[in-house]
Amino acid sequence: MAGEGAPLRAGGGAIFNAGLEASFPPRFVGSPSPPADEEERLTCSCPNAPGFRPGARWAREEATRALAPRAASETPLVTTQRTGQRITLAAIDPAAGALGLEVGMALTQARMLVPGLDVRDADPEGDGAFLARLGLFAARRWTPRAAVSGPDGLWLDLSGVAHLFGGERFMCERILAFCARLGFSARIAVAGTTGAAHALARFGSTSIVSCPEGGEGAALAALPLAALRLGEATLAATRRLGVETIGALAAMPRAPLQRRFGADLLTRLDQALGRASEPFDPIVPSDPPSVLLRFVEPIATAEAIAEAMAEALRRLVRLLERAGLGVRGLDFICERIDGAELRVRVGTARATRDTLHLLRLLSPKIETIEPGFGIERVCLLAWRVEPLGPQAIAGILAGEPPAPDLVPLIDRLVGRLGARRLYRMSAVESDVPERSVRRIGPLDRPAAWPGWPRPTRLLSPPEPIGDVLALLPDQPPRRFTWRGRSYRVRQADGPERIHGEWWKRSTEVEAVRDYFQVEDEAGHRFWLFRRGDGEDPRTGDLSWYMHGVFG
Amino acid sequence: MLATLSPDARLAALREEVRAIESAGRAAGRLAVPFGLDAVDRRLADGGLAVAALHEAAPATPALGDDAAATLFLAAAAARLAMSRSEGTVLWALARRDLFAPGLAQAGLAPERLIYAECRRDEEVLAVMEEGLRHGGLAAVVGEVGNMRLAAGRRLQLAAEEGGTTALMLRRWRRAGTDPLVSSSPAVTRWRIGCVPSERLAVPGIGRARWQVDLLRQRGGEPHMWILEAPDAEARLALPALAADRPDQAVGAERRAA
Repeated sequence: MAGEGAPLRAGGGAIFNAGLEASFPPRFVGSPSPPADEEERLTCSCPNAPGFRPGARWAREEATRALAPRAASETPLVTTQRTGQRITLAAIDPAAGALGLEVGMALTQARMLVPGLDVRDADPEGDGAFLARLGLFAARRWTPRAAVSGPDGLWLDLSGVAHLFGGERFMCERILAFCARLGFSARIAVAGTTGAAHALARFGSTSIVSCPEGGEGAALAALPLAALRLGEATLAATRRLGVETIGALAAMPRAPLQRRFGADLLTRLDQALGRASEPFDPIVPSDPPSVLLRFVEPIATAEAIAEAMAEALRRLVRLLERAGLGVRGLDFICERIDGAELRVRVGTARATRDTLHLLRLLSPKIETIEPGFGIERVCLLAWRVEPLGPQAIAGILAGEPPAPDLVPLIDRLVGRLGARRLYRMSAVESDVPERSVRRIGPLDRPAAWPGWPRPTRLLSPPEPIGDVLALLPDQPPRRFTWRGRSYRVRQADGPERIHGEWWKRSTEVEAVRDYFQVEDEAGHRFWLFRRGDGEDPRTGDLSWYMHGVFG
Repeated sequence: MLATLSPDARLAALREEVRAIESAGRAAGRLAVPFGLDAVDRRLADGGLAVAALHEAAPATPALGDDAAATLFLAAAAARLAMSRSEGTVLWALARRDLFAPGLAQAGLAPERLIYAECRRDEEVLAVMEEGLRHGGLAAVVGEVGNMRLAAGRRLQLAAEEGGTTALMLRRWRRAGTDPLVSSSPAVTRWRIGCVPSERLAVPGIGRARWQVDLLRQRGGEPHMWILEAPDAEARLALPALAADRPDQAVGAERRAA
């Protein structure tokens, strides 16, 4: 593509540059077909890609698509970024544009012009990450050579791939349709050089610009100099000289330009017109490490499968060692003679390359493999890997025994029970007892609870109790019946008043529970509550419940 | 050699020998973690809960209050075992979901020391416990089961000895009328916990819960029975102070006033 010499189109090389806005969590890369829940992703998108130049028409157009489902609310939406001491608009939607807001305007000024503006923070890192994943997707689906161009574009090398999609025109339309399904309005330009594609995608007149072979000079002539990827200082200087378009610049003598602006201006111009080469740094998609074993004779016994598993694992670990990676997720795939694929999946809590440990996780699953008439191929695929370097061993030199490593045990228990059945309990900032705990991963750090008396066993849901004899408003019950037995209270403590969480449910706005800890004549301790504070009927209906048992 | 020793020493030596035979020589010089309560530790053959061993506790009645008391007793024992190590962790194999973590934290078993494994059946509880015991990195493994065969108990005892980890088994009542501790078991100690009425306070309120703790059986020691007070936030059980032994509050008040 970027060869030397003028007619760069030779050989069918073409580059196009799609200006893309990246503003929602990337979720589609890896799944070849675009997901169907488009509506949902559209609602969570907002135009917040930075780097849109003021007045760039396509930036506004993107906002149109991204915000289409929000149109009902009609609130103008902008995203902001901090530049020095000022907070300026990073992107705006069409409603905001129609009201006279511009990208780059100070937020205070925008607020003054449009009261009730919906303002959100720009997320350049998230946009960059999304664009990188989109580039990876492009490298897998559309062309082997794709690269990220700036904060808002992608370069795809079309050499020898356009015919697979029915020609350049059809390919561009397909990509535009794909972006539209994701909620983006993209613009595409096809040209013989990366520089020209970049300029035409951003400053061209239509959403698909196809530059004829060798026509870069003519196509770019009317575009402003900003299309050339120049620095702010150079642009200001050229503006002072009265040079507005690329055509005017190309017509000027080169020597004075070189003296006045240095090499940068002319290099960019030459790159756009195909007179100078430009390096292209393609995204290289990496495949997950895997090992494939083919057998001369199909295998069917558990011993043979175990042997194949061990051999594949040994090879995989060697592969991982060379790459400095550790396994988090592993698939053992058996292909049967009849074409069926049997898959065994294990995961680890921490990246590991320990052959023994992985084998211990995999081998109990052999009994779930149904070999049928025999297995002809097995594949071990590390679908989730993480970098794993050497680790410091703490405490050995100081003479204290190292803390025991529970990760192998956790992996084995997760393999036996399932990931959701092994957990720790952590505190949640809620006074309502059933909401005060949540499950977290077995390696996460839990938070502790405040020291209010809480029962050992909690009944869920609370069970109603009957025949309660208690003085209102705040005396504990003297006697009650629960599960068909009557209890006489000997001692009691309370009430502990817990208010409903009005910010969660409208029914809890005035709800109150009064909790009592009571002890019956046998010494058993119960945790009872009454709905309502005993004075205001709106706080509850004064019914009593058993919620837990103390030890 | 035995003949030259005093009767007490001979008995101790014989006990040592029997213990070595029972556990195939692995638990010689067995470690134990004391309850921190002299009245209890003095009665235990190992001076506390033996570390690499299986211990059982059951509620005295099918009532949920006694069940909670037995749970809390084991939680406190597990907490003491976990505190005896740096970064000691306890694995709790549950069969039902009604355990309430804040309540356990108040018996000294802090959330960062506890991992839960939710099991579907009693067999799964036993398998998870065995896995945890054999790993050897845990301070204690607690399990809740209704039925446990003798062979399953022996497996757990062996796994506990192999991993040097304590197995604590809560035997829950499955049917009223069938005491879970009736069946034989290889546990080193077997406990039965029941609630008893607590001290009546002079002011409205509720005092520290009180339990009747029955040590039904222990290997190499005598059974015993105590009335104890429920564990505090540091997992310490306590002997109830008799009214006569209590510091005179009137005297204390005078001193404070002076």
